[in-house]
Amino acid sequence: MKYLTEFRNGEKARRLADEIRKRTTRNWAIMEVCGGQTHSIIRHGIDQIIPHEIELIHGPGCPVCVTPLEIIDKALEIAARPEVTFCSFGDMLRVPGSNRDLLGVKSTGGDIRIIYSPLDALRIARNEPDREVVFFAIGFETTAPANAMAVKLAKQHGVKNFSVLVSHVLVPPAIEAIMNSPTNRVQAFLAAGHVCSVMGFWQYPPLSIRYHVPIVVTGFEPLDILDGIRRAVIQLESGTAQVENAFDRVVTFDGNRLAQQVISEVFEVTDRSWRGIGMIPQSGWRLSQAYRNFDAETRFGVSGICTNESTLCRSGEVLQGAIKPHQCPAFGKQCTPRTPLGATMVSSEGACAAYFNYGRFLKAEVTA
Amino acid sequence: MNANNLSGPQFDGMSCPVPLRDFNEIVMGHGGGGKLSSELIEHLFLPAFGNDHLNQLRDSAILDLGEQRLAFSTDSFVVRPLFFPGGNIGDMAINGTVNDLAMSGARPLYLSAGFIIEEGLRMESLHAIVKSMSLAARRAGVQIVTGDTKVVERGHGDGCFINTTGIGVVRSGLRIAPDQASPGDVVILSGTIGDHGMAIMSVREGLEFESQIFSDSAPLHELVERMLAVCPNIRTLRDPTRGGIATSLNEIATASNMGIEIDETTIPVNPCVQSACEILGLDPLFVANEGKLLAIVPSVASEAVLASMHQHEFGSNARVIGRVVDGHRKMVIAKTPYGSTRVITMQIGEQLPRIC
Repeated sequence: MKYLTEFRNGEKARRLADEIRKRTTRNWAIMEVCGGQTHSIIRHGIDQIIPHEIELIHGPGCPVCVTPLEIIDKALEIAARPEVTFCSFGDMLRVPGSNRDLLGVKSTGGDIRIIYSPLDALRIARNEPDREVVFFAIGFETTAPANAMAVKLAKQHGVKNFSVLVSHVLVPPAIEAIMNSPTNRVQAFLAAGHVCSVMGFWQYPPLSIRYHVPIVVTGFEPLDILDGIRRAVIQLESGTAQVENAFDRVVTFDGNRLAQQVISEVFEVTDRSWRGIGMIPQSGWRLSQAYRNFDAETRFGVSGICTNESTLCRSGEVLQGAIKPHQCPAFGKQCTPRTPLGATMVSSEGACAAYFNYGRFLKAEVTA
Repeated sequence: MNANNLSGPQFDGMSCPVPLRDFNEIVMGHGGGGKLSSELIEHLFLPAFGNDHLNQLRDSAILDLGEQRLAFSTDSFVVRPLFFPGGNIGDMAINGTVNDLAMSGARPLYLSAGFIIEEGLRMESLHAIVKSMSLAARRAGVQIVTGDTKVVERGHGDGCFINTTGIGVVRSGLRIAPDQASPGDVVILSGTIGDHGMAIMSVREGLEFESQIFSDSAPLHELVERMLAVCPNIRTLRDPTRGGIATSLNEIATASNMGIEIDETTIPVNPCVQSACEILGLDPLFVANEGKLLAIVPSVASEAVLASMHQHEFGSNARVIGRVVDGHRKMVIAKTPYGSTRVITMQIGEQLPRIC
C-alpha cells in the first residue's frame, strides 16, 4: 500500500467531502485532538472543503505546545551547563522560554544536539562518558515507549552519565478536562491515531458513555481525517455516541502491550501542568521510583525553578477550542512564528503557527 | 521586549535594525536562507554596503563595463559532511557559483577558489575535493584563475570551507531579474525537488534509508543557454538552493510585487525524498537543491522553453508548475489536489524535524 499517494487521492477526498456535506444538516463542533492532525488539516486545506456547518476545533495534542514554560526554563538552565550535552527533538529548540530558546543557548556555546530517537542520546552518553548527556523526554503516549526504553537500557547497562528531563502528557485526562470545562463546545472527538497505536482505545468507551460524545480514532492523511469527520458526523446526526476505529490499519483495541509494559515499568502517573491550560490531575508521567536516579531535574538541582506564563498569550483558550487562533488579540501582531509568545505559534503542529503559515492571509482576504 | 534584549547590540549610525535586536547572537537560522537571513541582509548589510548593484539582490551582480556586461557572484560552501552521495564540497563549490552566474543568463568564464582548511584534514580528502573541483570546472567550461589558502587550528573549522567567486559575460538584450515577473507568465521547474537537502541529511544524521538519495549538484549554464536560445526574454531565473523552491518563489513574488500560484500536484518529488521528508516531518518545498532552476517565462514561450529543456539531461523532467497572477501580491499560494489552497510562506530559520 502506498500511503503517500492512496491516502492523498484528490478524487476520493472530494467524494468523502461530498458525503459529509450530504449528511450534515446542522452545526457541529468537532475537535481533532492531535497536533499532527491539525497540521494535516491546514496543510491540505481540509477545513476549506468540508461544509461550513462543521467547525474543527484544534485540540491540545501538540506536545511541543503544551510543555509548560517552567520545563522549558529548566531545560535552558540545564542545557547551558558546560558539562552537559543536551539532546532534543528538533522542534523543541525554538520554543521560547522566559527569555530565550534552546537555539539561543546553542549559539552561546551550549552543546545541544537534535536527535531522532532517544536511543541516539543514550548512544552519545556511552560514546562520550565525560559528558553529562540529558534527553528532553517530552510528548504524549506516542513517544513514551522509546523514551522509557532509553531509560530502561541506561539502567540495564549502568550508564551513569545519562538522564532525562521528563514532561510527558496523556490524552484521556485532557479529553476529560475539556468535557468538564463549563465553556466546552466540543461535540465529538477525532482521537489521535498514533497515541492509540501505543495505548489502544480501551480507555475511551467509558468517556464516550459518560459524556455522551462520539470518539473516532483517526489517522493523519487527508483521507483518514475526512473519514474520521464523516463517521463523527454520522454519529452526531443520528444522536449516537460510540467509540469507532477509523485507523484500523494501525490501531487495535488493546494497543501495543509490550510498549505499555515498558512505559508502566519506567513511568508512573502524576499531575501535570499544561502550557496555557494549567494543572490537569493525573495527566502526565514521571519517572517511577525505580528509575528516579535518571531524573535530570534532581541531578541538576533545577526543581526549584518556577515560571508564570505570558498574560498576553491566549494559547490556553486556543488549545481548549474556546477561541480560534486569529481571535487572539496578539495573533499576527505581537505574536508571530518569528516572535512567538506561546508555543502554539512555535511548533509547525501548533494551531496558531498552522493558521499563520497556511491560512491567515486567505482568511483575511475572505473576510475583507 | 524584555530587559535582556534592551542591553542588546547597538548599530549606531545605521538604520535601526529592529528585528535584529531580538537576537544578541547570530543563530544558525541567520544562515538558513529564510526570513532571518533576509533580515540580516535588509537591516545590516544593505544599510552598510547598499548601492545600485547590491540593492537588486540578484544571484549575481550585472556590471556594465563599456561594451561588455559582466556577471559577478560569490558563494561560500560549508557543507558537512564534506563527501555525500552524489558529490562533495568541491564540485558543489564550482557548480554553485556557475549556477549563480547562469541565473543572470551569463556564460561563466573564470572562478576564484578560497580554501579555509582545518588542521588535521586528511591530505587524501583534500586531494579528492580538489580533483572533483577540477573535473567540475572542466565540465562547466570555467577556469580557476586565482585562489587563496588558509589553515585554522583544529576545532576552528569543519574540515574545509571553500569560497568561490566567479565572473561571466552576459550578452546584450537580456534582462533577467526577479522583479521582471508579470501577470500571465508561467513558472517552470527543471526537475525533482529536495534531492540535495535530503542526501545531506541522510548522511549527516546517520539516518538509514532503504534506498540512497543522491545530491542533484549540477552546472545549469548550458541548460540556460538552450532556454535563452528559444526565448531571450525569459523574465526570471533562480536556482532554489537553501530554503528550497518555497523561498525562491517568495523572493520572486516579493521582488516583482506579484502573486504566484502553484499547483502542488505538478511538482515532481523523487519518492525516496518524499518518504524521507514524511518521516522527518519536513516539507520538500523548503528543502535545498543544487542542480535545479525555476524560470518565469512569458506564457506564449512556455512550450518552446519546455521543449528546449527536455532535450538537456538537467531539464528532462521540466514542467510548468504554476503562474504569476495579478492578485495576492507578494504571496505564494499552492492549490492542493482537494480543491483547497494553502499559503506557502518563507521559513523563519532552518526547517527543524518534527517530534511526531
